Amino acid sequence: MNVKPLLELRGITKSFGSVQALSDVDFEVLDGEVMALVGDNGAGKSTLVKCVAGTHSPDSGEILFEGKEVHIHGPKDAAKLGIEVVYQDLALCDNLDVVQNMYLGREVHDRLQRLKEPIMEQKTAETLKSLAVTTINSIRQPVATLSGGQRQSVAVAKAVQWNSKLVILDEPTAALGVAQTEQVLALVRRLAEQGLAVVIISHNLHDVFETATRITVLRLGRTVGIFERAKTTQQEIVQAITSGAPVSISGTPETAGATP
Amino acid sequence: MSAADVVGQDKPTPPAETTPAGVATLYRRALDNLKSGNLGVLPIALGIVFIVVFFSFKATNFFTGNNFDNIIVQMAGTAMLAFGVVFVLLLGEIDLSISYVAGIGALTVAELQLPGSGHQINGLLAMVAAVVICAAIGGAQGSIVAFVGVPSFVVTLAGFMIWQGVILQKLEQPGSIIIQDRWINYTASYYFSDFAGWLIAGIIIAIYAVTVLGGVIGKRRAGVAIRSPGLVVAKLVGVAVAAFGVVAVSNHAKVPHGLPLAGVLVVIFLVILTFLAKRTTFGRHVYAVGGNAEAARRAGINVPRIRILVFMISSAMAAVGGIILAANVNSVDLNFGGGTLLLNAIAAAVIGGVSLFGGRGEVRAAFLGALVIATVSNGLNTAGYATGVIYMVTGVILLFAVTLDTIARRLQVRSGR
Ligand SMILES: Nc1ncnc2c1ncn2[C@@H]1O[C@H](COP(=O)(O)OP(=O)(O)OP(=O)(O)O)[C@@H](O)[C@H]1O
Ligand SMILES: [Mg+2]
Repeated sequence: MNVKPLLELRGITKSFGSVQALSDVDFEVLDGEVMALVGDNGAGKSTLVKCVAGTHSPDSGEILFEGKEVHIHGPKDAAKLGIEVVYQDLALCDNLDVVQNMYLGREVHDRLQRLKEPIMEQKTAETLKSLAVTTINSIRQPVATLSGGQRQSVAVAKAVQWNSKLVILDEPTAALGVAQTEQVLALVRRLAEQGLAVVIISHNLHDVFETATRITVLRLGRTVGIFERAKTTQQEIVQAITSGAPVSISGTPETAGATP
Repeated sequence: MSAADVVGQDKPTPPAETTPAGVATLYRRALDNLKSGNLGVLPIALGIVFIVVFFSFKATNFFTGNNFDNIIVQMAGTAMLAFGVVFVLLLGEIDLSISYVAGIGALTVAELQLPGSGHQINGLLAMVAAVVICAAIGGAQGSIVAFVGVPSFVVTLAGFMIWQGVILQKLEQPGSIIIQDRWINYTASYYFSDFAGWLIAGIIIAIYAVTVLGGVIGKRRAGVAIRSPGLVVAKLVGVAVAAFGVVAVSNHAKVPHGLPLAGVLVVIFLVILTFLAKRTTFGRHVYAVGGNAEAARRAGINVPRIRILVFMISSAMAAVGGIILAANVNSVDLNFGGGTLLLNAIAAAVIGGVSLFGGRGEVRAAFLGALVIATVSNGLNTAGYATGVIYMVTGVILLFAVTLDTIARRLQVRSGR
């Protein structure tokens, strides 16, 4: 079985002045897979994501998407490829309602720039329904009045409604309670079931083991290893995160470390 | 025709919102809105009615056609400036330069209509030129805010001083310029005939009805629930009563007699700018930038472009207001743009419910707020009170309106689980 990864990063290096945020990082994610990206604070997880989103451009290394090398220079480029990022700090406008947020920056309009509200409202309802986000009372209520889990669900739904192929979630459950976390994790699993590739960044190993198929561990800007969820333990991951020494890499043929 | 009909169809619909039509719904929605602190125009509309009734008893010559026309012309200039203020406040910015930019607009038309100056042009063209020049001023100020990142308070405070200086410099010699061009003066002194007044009221109501009903039809077609059909009817009736009422009263005025053009201009800008704010992508992006600029940027919105355009709108509306204010006195003098113009314009938007922190408010707030300020000052004036009293009362109303709004907002946050 040799599946081509949807996204493949090879030898990504990025430094901010004297801070070496990423050095020679390899990373990959397959279609229909939830790849977890874990590591201590400052390990470089967010920086890696920003390289994929086009917020930062890597100093060296290459990004392959669907097997072809790509250069991503901003959120629009990423969106064009089908990459959507849900950031650590939510990217929603509190004063706008759910529909308005879902279509922010990509409103449906006619030639005179007039908004087509009914279409946007209908599509939003469809998207939320297809993702089984059912707890929201009215999609015309301002996002400010939603709970943390509902807001996160909206942010995720916003990311997936554009026929995206890859959704990256930076700590989607960081500020959530138990039930709300469960809500979001279920949503993440559903995305993978629908064939999307998902990258989830989390400090909560419970969340990671609940959702991920594989786990990439970063430490001080370097890849420690890639672990298969089914063949590893939380203990092993903790060790990799803290000491950087994997007891054993549960190697698979498509381990990203294997550069030709 | 009820929301339930639409929801009942086997089409995707948002959860909930399955409500039967009728008075019960309207009542329940109103109650819900009250509880959640979403008061809409109700408090300010009631306030205006109260003010009118109060002064009608207090001053014998308040409730007359001529005085109503006075109020309309007096509010027009401030309202135009306040329309621009709404957009700037929606962004979470401030524009302190508008009163003197209005002066620049007035000065420009005065110069360009001046007979024998060598650069006299048609009055209509002069007005267009003034608006374009002021929009460019706004573009320059907005660019400094958007690209360099200087706070708008500072940039427009500098503008406040600079444009005041330009006015003083230009008018030092003549002291003032008389405006003789009839087109320019018409903006404050043209009155429609009785029939034209009725016709205009009818057209305004028709446009309003078409947009409202158009929205309803669009929603039905998309199978989306229509919220509170009762409220739609109530709004239509409200607008019809207001429009015909104003025409009825102003048609009872002696000389000048009829509906003032200034009032019609205010309504035209109200309609256009409301459309811009609520129905176009540009307006949506203004609200988004004001709500969360970072989220807007990540969503691919060109934030600097929005900021610059908003400051252009603000300055352009200042020019429009300045022209009407100058036309009202048929001249521009050294003191133009001073006094309470700036603060009244900002107060109008805020009294109408626009938040100073960005992202919250409507264009109509400027209209209603300016109406309150003009009615109160006219009423106190008519009842024989001094200017000092007018300032004090306006200040108290501003404080009261903002306090009410702040409390309402707290309730809203609390009701949102
Ligand atoms: N814009 C920046 N300028 C300078 N240094 C930066 C910048 N962004 C990140 N860094 C540095 O790069 C390193 C990696 O940061 P990054 O945000 O990627 O960590 P992280 O793994 O996401 O951590 P956390 O779990 O706390 O979110 C840190 O040392 C950080 O200080
Ligand atoms: Mg991070």
